[in-house]
Amino acid sequence: MIKRIILSFLLLICNYVLFAQDMATEMRSNGKIYIVVAVLVTVFIGIILYLIRLDRKLARLEKETKDSSLNK
Amino acid sequence: MDVPAREVIQESIRNLYYHVSMWFSMMILFTVSVVNAVKYLSTNNLKYDNLARQYAVVGIVFGVLGYSTGMIWASFTWADPNNPASASFASIAKDPKLIGAAIALLIYFAYLVLRDSIEDIDKKARISSVYNIFAFALLFPSIWIIPRLLESLHPGGEGNPALNPKDIDARMRMVFYPAVIGWTLLGVWIASLKVRMKNLKEKTFYK
Repeated sequence: MIKRIILSFLLLICNYVLFAQDMATEMRSNGKIYIVVAVLVTVFIGIILYLIRLDRKLARLEKETKDSSLNK
Repeated sequence: MDVPAREVIQESIRNLYYHVSMWFSMMILFTVSVVNAVKYLSTNNLKYDNLARQYAVVGIVFGVLGYSTGMIWASFTWADPNNPASASFASIAKDPKLIGAAIALLIYFAYLVLRDSIEDIDKKARISSVYNIFAFALLFPSIWIIPRLLESLHPGGEGNPALNPKDIDARMRMVFYPAVIGWTLLGVWIASLKVRMKNLKEKTFYK
């Protein structure tokens, strides 16, 4: 799961770099404001993916806590 | 909010609020981490080791985000694929600032690897605290000193990146400083969540 998240994030970044040529005209239109959009999206997705990972860890911990309290 | 007009970067100067504040937050989080590492070494209280570890991890996350946003920004401003005369992406990747930041981040990745490779809890805490101080000390040559001695496309070579009055003005500072505080507080919040989670985990483990 973690690997998949990291991989998808890396692929997302690669997208911008590899397709720079195709997107060049669009990304540079309106005074290059779309670069800011791309950067904002990257930061947002990065933090959200990290929080989802944290959520999953917490869910696992909750499950363990439940199991151990049942055994008592 | 109006921004000063600059040649190559144009409107993308607004990336200052995201890309640059990521690095500022990373630096603040790493500083908190090293302070806690020193506190652990002087008190031997595992609470501080936990704090140091979680702040370092969130600092790394912010560093990676700063690096990837910088990658996007650079690929549309430094390298222009439509202009054969401009630098290619391969040639801008050699920039001393990029390499310095990569080295700093890799040293912090090694911090996590080192931590997780030691089983004994006290030994793990002590060795990784010492390594944390070493990693923090290496941040200074790799991201503060060496990139400023070498020629670079990255702004800030002749002074402070992000604080240089030639690059930004008062209108941008009005947004930039709150942005730095905001991103840092976001990092502190995530780190505190991780600290609480780790504490809970330990409690369940020892029960």
